[in-house]
Amino acid sequence: MAKTQNQPLEFERPLLELEAKLEEMRALRGDEPSADLNEAIGKLESRFHELRQSIYKNLTRWQRVQIARHPMRPYSLDHISAWTDGFQELHGDRLFGDDPAMVAGLTTFKGGRYGYKDRTVAIVGQQKGRDTKMRKYRRFGMSNPEGYRKALRVMRMAAKFGKPVICLLDTPGAFPGLEAEERGQAEAIARNLFEMARLPVPIVVVVIGEGASGGALGIGVGDRILMMENAWYSVISPESCSSILWRSWDYKEEAARGLKLTAPDLQPLGIIDDIIAEPLGGAHHDPESAFSATGKAVAKALAELDGIAPDVLLEQRLQKFDAMGVFESVDTPEEDVVSGS
Amino acid sequence: MAWFRRTKAGINTELNDQIDVPKGHWIKCKECASTVNRRELQRNLLVCSECGYHFPMSGMEYYRLLFDDAEFEVFDTNLVSQDPLEFTDRKPYPKRLAEAHRKTGLTDAATGAMGKIGGHPTSITAMDFKFIGGSMGSVVGEVISRAIKRAYTQETPLVIITQSGGARMMEGALSLMQLAKTSAHLTRLHDKGLPLIVVLANPTTGGVTASYAMLGDIHLAEPGALIGFAGPRVIRETMGQDLPEGFQRSEFLKEKGFVDQIVSRAEMKSRISQLLDLLLEPAAG
Repeated sequence: MAKTQNQPLEFERPLLELEAKLEEMRALRGDEPSADLNEAIGKLESRFHELRQSIYKNLTRWQRVQIARHPMRPYSLDHISAWTDGFQELHGDRLFGDDPAMVAGLTTFKGGRYGYKDRTVAIVGQQKGRDTKMRKYRRFGMSNPEGYRKALRVMRMAAKFGKPVICLLDTPGAFPGLEAEERGQAEAIARNLFEMARLPVPIVVVVIGEGASGGALGIGVGDRILMMENAWYSVISPESCSSILWRSWDYKEEAARGLKLTAPDLQPLGIIDDIIAEPLGGAHHDPESAFSATGKAVAKALAELDGIAPDVLLEQRLQKFDAMGVFESVDTPEEDVVSGS
Repeated sequence: MAWFRRTKAGINTELNDQIDVPKGHWIKCKECASTVNRRELQRNLLVCSECGYHFPMSGMEYYRLLFDDAEFEVFDTNLVSQDPLEFTDRKPYPKRLAEAHRKTGLTDAATGAMGKIGGHPTSITAMDFKFIGGSMGSVVGEVISRAIKRAYTQETPLVIITQSGGARMMEGALSLMQLAKTSAHLTRLHDKGLPLIVVLANPTTGGVTASYAMLGDIHLAEPGALIGFAGPRVIRETMGQDLPEGFQRSEFLKEKGFVDQIVSRAEMKSRISQLLDLLLEPAAG
């Protein structure tokens, strides 16, 4: 049985308490085995399993947000080193500088092990840091304009050499700084949306953690949008939504619920294509199986996109995003109405 | 083909519906605090005669201002959000929509229109800040996309007038996807060699700025408009210091290289018309 990892989340505490009790009883049994103790341990074990299932199978949206932000969750570079080989990171946007909050490069996707094939791909991804120093260096995964422009430079290079692009989304948003605004944060994101809509090679997008707002979407236009089971993706973070709509920071759980920001919410809306199942409790409980599920999903997406002519691919990409939106036409009786085709 | 069309020449909207201030003969300018006569303000295209402050103007007023002889056909005034997320904050989203509809007579924060500018058949789509802060949800994304499609199927230039606080939170990720949807349609306009002129009005922030507002061949901004991605309050909190004077205003954007020209409302029509003459020269023959 996998031990509940360190750095538990608030809602995992009851599990941890039960686990500690179990450990204690097992230690006791080691000293003086008895049938009574065996029975008690057996009961507690089954209670532990039941609780584990009931917590992890009924995660609330806010709990999923917490899992997506877990400090031990696999980040872009972890995925890259798990299911690709020989990653050559490429730095800089050739205009201003390099952005450590965005990584980009060329690598060999190890598709062969997932029944596809090994092949060169370009990868761009938002990157968070693991400890205090690295978190600051990676700017908490919040890109500046040069990050988006670096990603675009590498994606264009992929198009030049006919290589597919894989985008890994994991950001709490674009960096809201003075200099980011001066250098055109909005223009950088807008340019990527435009250019990605016409990039003539397959693009597979995977939301691996947090997908917040235009900052995430800035590398999020593609032919297949995959999302890990406990990732979240929306127009705004639950905290900021709470602050703006409720004028208080205290409604983040309600905001998370209202925004319908989880993978199971977004699939029926046509915003994502596939959900990548995670190990019980989240990817950080068993990173290896999370990596293999992700690699497999990427392989499947790439295989589906193989051999589609670029103009067909781009038309399908346009239609995919054109279909996103829910609205109705109402008749306005006082107007002369001509029906649409 | 449009879902429905209206061929009335121009639409007269009462000025009282235009300005978000108490009714009366006199209006206090938000910028210079001077008192201006309502009728005078209307004659002056809702621009303060003392300081040049541009009051918010509705999409319909922009159409009347920009199209030759104020003649145009309006599109897509009948699309309504379906509240896909069943969103409720302090108020249910449908209630907010109904209130905004009552206040503005609009079904959402953007409309489309076709007419001529300086003789050039042109598709315009204008946003309306008064409808839930000009926020972009599924309907705005669809209205803007249809205006782009009208331009590239009828081979006309496109003018987009932006005024928006950003994406509409009450439609969650669907709102976010409107950035990608509209930007994707703009690639088709681009590939046909057709011009996009963006007119940035006050304010243009958030998701709208991070999509079509920054994808024009030419960016014209009204004077003093707030234009940016992150809001000033958020940036102030991030930086932990006060922002410089004029930060994220049209003049600042021009200095930083993201706006081509600052054009007052009075000159907007002639400027767009001159630019279209230059860009469409061979076609105009």
